[in-house]
Amino acid sequence: MSFSEFLAMGGYGFYVWTSYGLTLVVLLFNIIIPVVQRKQFFRQSLRQKRK
Amino acid sequence: MFLIPDIVVRFYHRMASPPHYYAFTQKIMPWLVVIFVLLTAAGLYGGLYLAPADYQQGDSYRIIYIHVPSAWMSLFIYMVMAITGAIGLVWRIKLAEVISISSAPIGASFTFIALVTGSLWGKPMWGTWWVWDARLTSELILLFLYLGVIGLYGAIDDKKIASKSVAILAIVGVVNIPIIHYSVEWWNTLHQGPTVTKMDKPSIHVSMLIPLLLMALSFKFYYLIALIQRSRVELLNRERHSQWVKTMLSEQQQ
Amino acid sequence: MKPARKQRLILIGLMVVGVSVATGFALKSFNDNLMYFFSTTDVIEGKAPKDSLFRLGGMVIKGSVERPNDGMMVRFKLTDFSKDVTVEYTGILPDLFREGQGIVANGKLNPQGVFIAEEVLAKHDENYMPPEVKQSLKNQSEKGKGQ
Repeated sequence: MSFSEFLAMGGYGFYVWTSYGLTLVVLLFNIIIPVVQRKQFFRQSLRQKRK
Repeated sequence: MFLIPDIVVRFYHRMASPPHYYAFTQKIMPWLVVIFVLLTAAGLYGGLYLAPADYQQGDSYRIIYIHVPSAWMSLFIYMVMAITGAIGLVWRIKLAEVISISSAPIGASFTFIALVTGSLWGKPMWGTWWVWDARLTSELILLFLYLGVIGLYGAIDDKKIASKSVAILAIVGVVNIPIIHYSVEWWNTLHQGPTVTKMDKPSIHVSMLIPLLLMALSFKFYYLIALIQRSRVELLNRERHSQWVKTMLSEQQQ
Repeated sequence: MKPARKQRLILIGLMVVGVSVATGFALKSFNDNLMYFFSTTDVIEGKAPKDSLFRLGGMVIKGSVERPNDGMMVRFKLTDFSKDVTVEYTGILPDLFREGQGIVANGKLNPQGVFIAEEVLAKHDENYMPPEVKQSLKNQSEKGKGQ
């Protein structure tokens, strides 16, 4: 099986890869958000402390 | 609770203390990530490359490897959210409340993924993106329940009251879970019946089943990782005036 | 367990039971509306609506698919293994439409009792297997019949 055949997914490439791509985006988003929020929390708390 | 062994009770009490939870989850995180990456790599390799095409659906059925595990997770996470919510209500354990509310966005994400990938599967196979049959409609209601929980929690400033309200909403919504599961059996639906949980005979070939189970397990680990990340932030915000957070902040400063 | 906790636990239990019972009754009374399609037996027995659009589900009978005018119009018979209904449809069929496959059609009955479909959706089954396995299963069942 060639790589382009693999990408074509027997003609269903659009549906299959859109599904996988979208899932990746949503799952990544869920991991990144808390990391950003934690950084924000520490930044804010440290700023308040210095005042 | 005399039925539970002493060691479990001790572990439980330790875990229910926020600073312990915070430190412990930080320690196990790398392991969880390693297991998740290995499972996902194996599952995707098996599902997208090794598994053969389906006799009817060709390669389009490969959406199953994210659609079905996501749909399972959408139900599983809802149960976790409702049960921890109930524990928070009855025993007033802060950590249970935090786990409950931190689960909501992850569960909503999986529900969203299940709905969208199902739609992307339905278009080429059924011939339509969406139908209002019992399975699809009840899963959409699940998404609204999740969004309701997130919205309600955000709308109430006092997080103690917010946790209680959200727990009650989550518990009431549990009634939707068996409806989703049995919808394909109770009513005529366009959605097909269950494959893996059917007990009498396996209706999925073993070469296709193994990647599916690997992906299901990998999504469980993803949930653990995402839940830990979210709950730690939620815990910090709620406990910002407590001594352990203050100590940690002063350590960070140095 | 402390009395206060016990009380809260019982309260939650009652809440779950109450909501379940209420939902159960509601689903029971709306049962017919929750059915996505009518079966062919429903149509023959006159349970399906006469003048309005409704959905009809069933299996396409093997060998029944024909294109009478060599055009876009397809005629086939649907069955639920007890009663059959003839369906006519003009348009593009989904990839999974084939003989022996379950489908759901949306349309209306004409005076002759033929179902004129406006839309045809394929209902795929819950079985997943490679083509070779399907072939060997088929050979086995044919061998079984021959004996």
